[in-house]
Amino acid sequence: MYPDDVKYTESHEWVRVADGLATIGITDYAQEELGDIVNVELPEPGTVVRAHEAFGSVDSVKAVSDLLSPVTGEVVEVNEDLEGSPELINQEPYGTGWLIIVRMDDTSELNELMDSEAYERFVEAE
Amino acid sequence: MNVSSKRNKLSYIPTTEQDRAEMLQSIGAPSVDTLFEQIPAEARLDRNLRLPPGLAEQDVVSLLEGMAARNKHLGELTCFLGAGAYDHFIPSVVDAVISRSEFFTAYTPYQPEASQGVLQSIFEYQSMVAALTQMEVSNASLYDAGTALGEAIIMAHTTTKRNTVLVSRAIHPHYMQVLSSYVSGLGIKIGKADYADGVTNLTAMREHLDESVAAVVVQYPNFFGGIEPLEALTEAAHAVGAFMIVCVDPIALGLLTPPGAYDVDIVVGEGQPLGIPVGFGGPFLGLFACKQEHMWKMPGRVVGATTDSEGRTAYTLTLQTREQHIRREKATSNICTNQALMALAATVYLSALGKDGLRHVAELTFQKAHYAQQQICGKAGYSAAWNVPFFKEFVIRSDKPVDQVNQRLLDNGILGGLNLGKYYPELENHMLLCVTERRTKEEIDRLVELL
Amino acid sequence: MKQRQEPLIFDLSREGRMGTTLPEVDVPEISIENALPEGGIRKDLPLPSVSELDVIRHFTHLSERQISVDSSFYPLGSCTMKYNPRVNERISRLPGFTSVHPLQPEETVQGALTLMYELERYLAEIAGMDAVSLQPVAGAQGELAGMMVVRAYHQSREDDARTTVLVPDSSHGTNPATAARVGFQIAKIPSNERGTVDIDALKGMLGPNIAGLMLTNPNTLGLFETDVVKICEMVHDAGALLYCDGANMNAILGKARPGDMCFDVMHFNLHKTFSTPHGGGGPGAGPIAVKDFLKPFLPVPVIEKDGNRYWLNYDKPQSIGRLHSFYGNFLVMVKAFAYIRMLGAEGMREVSENAVLNANYIMSKLKDIYPVPYDRYCMHEFVATAKEHKKRGVKALDIAKRLLDMGFHAPTVYFPLIVEEALMIEPTETESKETLDAFIQAMIEIDRESREDPDMVAHAPYNTPITRVDEVGAARKPKLTCFGE
Repeated sequence: MYPDDVKYTESHEWVRVADGLATIGITDYAQEELGDIVNVELPEPGTVVRAHEAFGSVDSVKAVSDLLSPVTGEVVEVNEDLEGSPELINQEPYGTGWLIIVRMDDTSELNELMDSEAYERFVEAE
Repeated sequence: MNVSSKRNKLSYIPTTEQDRAEMLQSIGAPSVDTLFEQIPAEARLDRNLRLPPGLAEQDVVSLLEGMAARNKHLGELTCFLGAGAYDHFIPSVVDAVISRSEFFTAYTPYQPEASQGVLQSIFEYQSMVAALTQMEVSNASLYDAGTALGEAIIMAHTTTKRNTVLVSRAIHPHYMQVLSSYVSGLGIKIGKADYADGVTNLTAMREHLDESVAAVVVQYPNFFGGIEPLEALTEAAHAVGAFMIVCVDPIALGLLTPPGAYDVDIVVGEGQPLGIPVGFGGPFLGLFACKQEHMWKMPGRVVGATTDSEGRTAYTLTLQTREQHIRREKATSNICTNQALMALAATVYLSALGKDGLRHVAELTFQKAHYAQQQICGKAGYSAAWNVPFFKEFVIRSDKPVDQVNQRLLDNGILGGLNLGKYYPELENHMLLCVTERRTKEEIDRLVELL
Repeated sequence: MKQRQEPLIFDLSREGRMGTTLPEVDVPEISIENALPEGGIRKDLPLPSVSELDVIRHFTHLSERQISVDSSFYPLGSCTMKYNPRVNERISRLPGFTSVHPLQPEETVQGALTLMYELERYLAEIAGMDAVSLQPVAGAQGELAGMMVVRAYHQSREDDARTTVLVPDSSHGTNPATAARVGFQIAKIPSNERGTVDIDALKGMLGPNIAGLMLTNPNTLGLFETDVVKICEMVHDAGALLYCDGANMNAILGKARPGDMCFDVMHFNLHKTFSTPHGGGGPGAGPIAVKDFLKPFLPVPVIEKDGNRYWLNYDKPQSIGRLHSFYGNFLVMVKAFAYIRMLGAEGMREVSENAVLNANYIMSKLKDIYPVPYDRYCMHEFVATAKEHKKRGVKALDIAKRLLDMGFHAPTVYFPLIVEEALMIEPTETESKETLDAFIQAMIEIDRESREDPDMVAHAPYNTPITRVDEVGAARKPKLTCFGE
């Protein structure tokens, strides 16, 4: 049910790592809970984000949620398609609805994150 | 339980003795006092408030008419005073519409299905403000120009993440005071850019501009009536990545090139001239418009067009996650109640005038102001402070103290110009005069004669 | 309300029409082009061109698509939608008030200054405070002024460590938003099982870093903070100040005063408690009242009285400054003044007594089907929950929408945040028992419908000018003006 190629946070972000670059998004569970997403606030490329700290926010019609970074590093790319089409997060949370790409400072931070099985158990317990 | 037995019952509390008895029975309380027992005894008031006794409606009307009569109003005085509150004519339709109680006894339109009247009128207001300023988006109104400037500066600060703003000394000194109080807790430093020859000093402004500056703030026309070189100022601001914030007189925009044409970032303004009486300073109307890219950072309510479940056009409050009731301490502003009825007045005013009418009012104002300025400057002892293009206000240097001139005018039923020396020490014996389309040639000639 | 759609005023535009008449230029004309810088004249202005009758019909049609206190019972919790006496409107339109320039010489505005001075005295007495500033133009701006006063007080004592403001989890969103605007950090105090401030939690949070506590009393659940005196003592002992959000003053007018409960500063909402109308979302007025020791910090100008002469004093070195271009929403103050003079002291008590009676009456009739999480007497409003209805597929929002079908405005929903599926009902004192009974019947009917046909309720309303709107679409692709695309 939850993709195996990404790792998960307790605040429902996912991270997919390739070549030291971490692509970050929110999980299908998170987008479902939030409902229709209408706006996303993301950092500019070049911004440094820190693990467990807010790097942006997503808005539904009547709620706003902080996005917490799973890793520390510099933002190298931001999903600019989301500006005109925030619904991509609802439609393909693990695909075209990705949020930012971060060049990681410390790959050991990944060890703290959950794999898909652990995340599934975590969600069921929520 | 009947505290009202010694007087006539208030006409707007309909509950009878019998109603009260039935209601208390349903509640299961022996008396109304029981309901108040949750207030601890030490916090309860054990006496009547020390207020004057209640009056009948006719007595309240007499009392208030008496108080109103102790003010000299602009029906009795010929007004050449502006400085932020303007005696423009208000067409009768404006009060006819805002007197409709469907509008004035409604709350903020939280339930769109039952609030299309207010919502559509705000959408029209936003469209008109966008048209007037030539900006992409507008909010549903703020309190007044001063507070709108405060909000605009905070928006520039949060968007650019910079901590200095450069504000022209040629903005209304009250607005300067308001915006200073507004930003005082947020670590924003206010630099003041001097003026020269009646407009913001571009050279001095450029010297202060660097990449710490979040925004440049000017007024258009400025406090002295002068028309600021917006194009050059905006270029200078943008060259260091700062926002350009312009505070406008909406009547002037009937004639002058709108700030949007110069690519400014935020336009605020005082909407009072748009069909709202001077009212001893309030309620006024804060205009706020900006570029679309900044709309999620805008303060205040915003109405958007959408459709209902049957596909009909519908209007609703939108972008609500910016606001305090959702974002709480992270909200773009703390504002909720704004000036909706005043925004309606402005919408009706702009509808009644339309594009031709607003241009005509602006031209009438312009011509009369220039006639007055020429006539005054032709009089011994009076001269123009600066040779600068202006719209409806201008600064006159006098040989005599301004208060002395004004007293003579007042004795003759004329409200003279503002004594600028009270705000700018360097402008002693300078007065700021204002001429709107309401002033006749006869009134202007009389002013000149009495100076 | 009428279902007929009304086009935008822009769509009614026809070249050549105008909705007013304007005079000819009566002075010798100059060339505008020569007098303005090059490129200084605007080329187009996309405003509508319509006749005067078009204007009147258009806005009349819009008014027919609008609910209001004059048309319907409006039990919108926290908003005090009472009847707006027409005498308010009449006197606020006197030229001696509307046509007075704010910068006229003081000797020509003695009537206005007298009115403001006396209104300040009345509000101070009602609040149990010593001094009032009428300048804030809305409740949120009153909060801003009040919290700036709190900050200025601590600064005057060089007590720079007080950087945090406490707000209960049941507070209005404006409280944390305002405190943040003034530069404070926010800490949230939990509510206890009685729906009031958790004293133990408060004790743990108070310290040398706390600048103040913002408290609404009665609180947003419509419950009086019974421990208020104790809370004040604790807060004061910790060196912090106590702010009262006066949104709910209608509950205690003439019965209890924030000043006597040891609050240091508070704001009023004249458009709620004192019947100056809401205007579809303003203008309001949010005067603040303070204890004597905070007086030096009030906004300028301050109205002073020497003998029989009133004047504006700007010389207040410790003042927080100016918060409005002039003196606040003067014409709103005129209405509140008239209201207070009409009611007098006894009338004030009648207001709160009847407001509280009405709220308790509705609660007594509805609490079996719409449970109240804190079952005790309420003040002027109460909060019920629709969580049982939600299980049947009918949310608080759906109940709100169904009420629109039945000719009532909806209660406040989903606030306060600590009550699930909250319905916050405030009837005010101006409604008759028959109206309250009709509303109670409607709520009973909706409860029945929620059992028999939940799907129908979940898609309400049906009888309103429009049905449910696409709020997601409105926010995703914002269309905020009629231009573009």
